[in-house]
This record gives sequence, structure tokens and C-alpha cells, in this order.
Amino acid sequence: MKIFDEKDSRQWSRMGPRAMFGQFMLEIAKDNENLMVLSADLGRSSGLDRFKSMYPNKYLSVGISEQNLIGVAAGLAKEGFKVFVTSFAPFLSMRASEQVRMNLGYMKLPVNLVALGSGVSMGYLGNSHFGLEDIAVMRSIPNLNISSPADCGEIGKMLSDYCVNNHGPSYIRLTGIPGSPSVYKSNYDYTFGEPITLKKGKDLLILATGSMVAQSLIAGKALSENGIDAEIVNVHTLKPISEKIVEKLNKFENIVTIEEHSIVGGLHSIIAEKIVSKFSKANLFPIALPDRFGPTGTYNYLLEYHGLIGKKIAINILNFLKKNKS
Amino acid sequence: MRKVLLDVSLNCGEPAHIGGALSIIDIMATLYGNILKLDIIKPIDRFILSKGHGFLGLLSALHCKGYIQKDELMKFQTNGSELIAHPIVNPKFGIESSNGSLGQGLSFGVGIAIAYKKKKKDGSIFVLVGDGECYEGAIWEAAIAATESNLNNLTAIIDCNGFQNDGAINKNMNSDELKAKWQGFGWNTIVCDGHNISELLKVLKVKSSNKPNVIIAKTIKGKGVNFMENNNDWHHGRLTQKLFDEAIKDL
Repeated sequence: MKIFDEKDSRQWSRMGPRAMFGQFMLEIAKDNENLMVLSADLGRSSGLDRFKSMYPNKYLSVGISEQNLIGVAAGLAKEGFKVFVTSFAPFLSMRASEQVRMNLGYMKLPVNLVALGSGVSMGYLGNSHFGLEDIAVMRSIPNLNISSPADCGEIGKMLSDYCVNNHGPSYIRLTGIPGSPSVYKSNYDYTFGEPITLKKGKDLLILATGSMVAQSLIAGKALSENGIDAEIVNVHTLKPISEKIVEKLNKFENIVTIEEHSIVGGLHSIIAEKIVSKFSKANLFPIALPDRFGPTGTYNYLLEYHGLIGKKIAINILNFLKKNKS
Repeated sequence: MRKVLLDVSLNCGEPAHIGGALSIIDIMATLYGNILKLDIIKPIDRFILSKGHGFLGLLSALHCKGYIQKDELMKFQTNGSELIAHPIVNPKFGIESSNGSLGQGLSFGVGIAIAYKKKKKDGSIFVLVGDGECYEGAIWEAAIAATESNLNNLTAIIDCNGFQNDGAINKNMNSDELKAKWQGFGWNTIVCDGHNISELLKVLKVKSSNKPNVIIAKTIKGKGVNFMENNNDWHHGRLTQKLFDEAIKDL
């Protein structure tokens, strides 16, 4: 992918993850003869209109049939195509979860699933369309990588990496909407599976994924103003989870996980399992969506409602630290 | 091939899916004996066993074809073996896909057939589906996708043995009804006797000019062993030496 600058970053952030997915695939298609992009009647919602007209031979819509979508994708991958599949998060991760298990997990066919509009970014479309539990479901399937890019720049880095380097089957979870803040204002080094420390700190470790990385940086500033020096890490790949993260768990007394996913089975669970298995004595504070079907509204309303904006994150972390001291 | 199937079933000492393997065994013999253009390194034709529990039928064919040697074959359903009740993908053995969860093989076949078209690759894709398996909604998702892509290089074979796990299949899913359903979905539909080799040789070579093909094969569950025929206890049953001896006499 091209080296990007602040202007690109601003523009990409304005366009949002779904439109940028389509844009990046256009770029990837130029250099990859064997590429196939598949959709189950959500091409337009995936920003793929231009892709469809520019590369009709590399695009296939199978109609509204997500289970079939995965099987067809696997058949193409078996014949050597580099396959990207898009749909909304719950339809890929749950409607078709057994197809993912058999075709991708069990047979290890290298299909890349791009889950659009995960978390609560579908706003008024409601819980039927939210990706609340997708990490939990997908991460229980062996052989599947799970990644969640922090912003549009990282979507581009990740897509080209997954295309060029065969990491096996993968689930790429997109969160955020047009206008969601970006993390990377200019080009940076991205390596598959390697978490990125965005800010060094000594008082507290913040592990964030997807849309919550940008919010953590905002929270980090507010914490600094209150004399708390937090280390902030972008956990863009949740499975396999990097040993570098595991190493950090013993170095901090207080650890916060932040994710736009249910508190069941996502980043919090991943870290909690590691803390237990490493006999770490760290205090763990999860910031996540609750284990229930919540209200609907605009994306920003929902993030605020669930305490997933920088300002509220900072307040909650300060309370957590206060409680641990007393 | 029937003898191989019985040998293996007896040898493992475990219950095995014998009935539904015997119903497809003449189809397997025709495919592997004559129809399929096979090459372990670079497969030309491909075969997907969507009704994965018919694996004993495929296993016998792969053994008779020389892809699976006797010592491996006899590990069937023994601890740690890769040869179990359902296929596990294994290029060395000529096993193209992992199956066992019904309703998934046809979409996989559709994907391969589309890939063949895109690469202008000769060869046919055969997918064997059970009649009971046609209750799975995903089969019909795949059926639509196949016609939309004009996959005349794809042939589905429906093993119409009239039984499923719990007993006889409802008359709504008999061969006449299935014929109407597949025709309704726009497939080139042919009905045949699934135990008549000369008929199978003919129908398995049929290729429509623009439609996917489906062979509705009328079969008998447990075919070839008198006490197993149409006796659904042999959907998944354990063979004893006494029963084995009796079965062998029937062959």
C-alpha cells in the first residue's frame, strides 16, 4: 500500500472504514491477478461499487446467502484464488459460523473475512446488525486469525498484508464510521500480529482494539492531566495474541482493556485468561459493551451511552485506580 | 468394493455408517472406475462427498484405486486415525474436502466450479448429496448460485435411498419430488437407477450446455446385503463376525 501522509489520513477518516475498504481493494486488485472479492448482496454497503465496475471478473455476488458465500469462497481459495469476503459482522460470524468452522478453520483454506460495521456502528439498524459477539464466536474456531484495525490507514495496511502474505484464514473486524478519529496521521510500520505501543507509560497499561484505540489516546491525555502516566497499546490482532502483550501483563499493577465488543469473549476475556494462566497479580478493569442487547441510536450516542468515549474512559479509569488504592 | 467396506467395518469393531455407504457404492465405483479424470498432484476432475457419512463408500473407492494402501485403510476408525466416519481433507489420499456437517459440500463445489470457469480449466466437479441432506437450506442457496453462474461443469448426485437418521424420509422428499424441486431451481435434471452401472456411465457423462447438472439416483440403503437393505438399523451399525460372514455370502 502507498505511503500515506496527514492529508490522506484526514481524508480516509472522513470517508470511513467501509468506503475505504472498497478503495483499498481497488488498489490491491491492480497487483493481484488472482484476487476475488465476494459479497452476499452487500457490495454497495461495502464500498465496492467502483470495484465492481472496474474489475467485474474479480467480483462475485452470490445473493443473500451467507452460508453459501463462505462455501463458494472456500472453493475459490482451494483453486488458488486470494479471496476476500464481505458482509456485516453478525452475518459472517454467526449466520455462517459453521461454514467458517468447516471450510476455513478445519480445512485451513485461506479466505479473508472482512466484517463490516462491527460493534455498534450500524446505529439505528439495531442489534440485529451489531457485531457484539463476533470476536467471541470467531476466536473459538481453531486456525482463524482475528484482527481489528484501529483506523482506516491500518485497514489498508492490514488488507494488503493479508493479501500478499498468506497468514491462513482470517477474520478482519471493522469498527467505526465516517468521521471516527484516526490513530495514525502518517505512515508507520505494521507487522502482522505485532501489537503497537503508541505511548509509553509507567502507571497503567491500556490495551485497546479497533475503534477504541483512538479513544484510548484521548483518554490517555486526560489521564496525563490528572498525573497518571498510561502505556497505550494498539492490539490490532487478537488471535494469535502476541507474546509481547503477555510479557507486559507482569509489568503493570493495573491493566485496562477497551473494546467495542461484548464483555464476553473478546479482548477482556483474552487478557483475563492470560493473567490467570501467568499467575499475574494485576488488577484488570474491562471497558466493553455489556452482556445484553442495548438501545439503538446514532453511533456517537451509543459510544457515549456505553462509556466508550475518551473522556468517560478516563473518568472510569480514575475511579478504578482510586478504588484499588483504597 | 462392498467387501472392502465390510472388511473395514468389521476390523474397526466400532459402529459405522454402512447403509448409506452401500447405497452410493455403485455410484462411487462408476465415478472412480471410469468417469473421474484423476491426478493426485494436479487434480482434473474433483469429487466432493457432501454427505460425509457415506465415507466408507469413498474410502473403498480410493483403496481400490490405489490411493489408500491396505495398512492405512485398516486404521479406519482406530484411535488417532485420519480415516474416520467423515472425510478429512488429504491430498495424498485423494480426499478433496472435510465434511460431516451436512449441507455444505455443494457450495464448496460451486466455488471450485466457478474457479475452473475463471481459469478456463477443463474438468468436472461432482458433489454427492444425500436425499435427507436436501432438507438443509444451504443446499438450496448453493442450487441458486450454481444456476446463476451457469455452472455446466458441476454435477450434483442425489443419493435417493429414502432414509435418514431417524427412519424413512417423508414422501415430500422422494425422487419425484426432488426431481421437481431441482428442475424448479433450473438444473438439468436426470433421474436414474443408482445401482445400474451402464445407466450411471451414461448419465454421469451428461453435461448441459449452460446449466448445472443433477442426477437423482434412486438407490437402496444397504444395497447388496440382504439383511441391511432398507433396514435403517444399518444407518450406523456395528458389524460382528457372524453378521459379516452372513453379509459376505450375499455379495
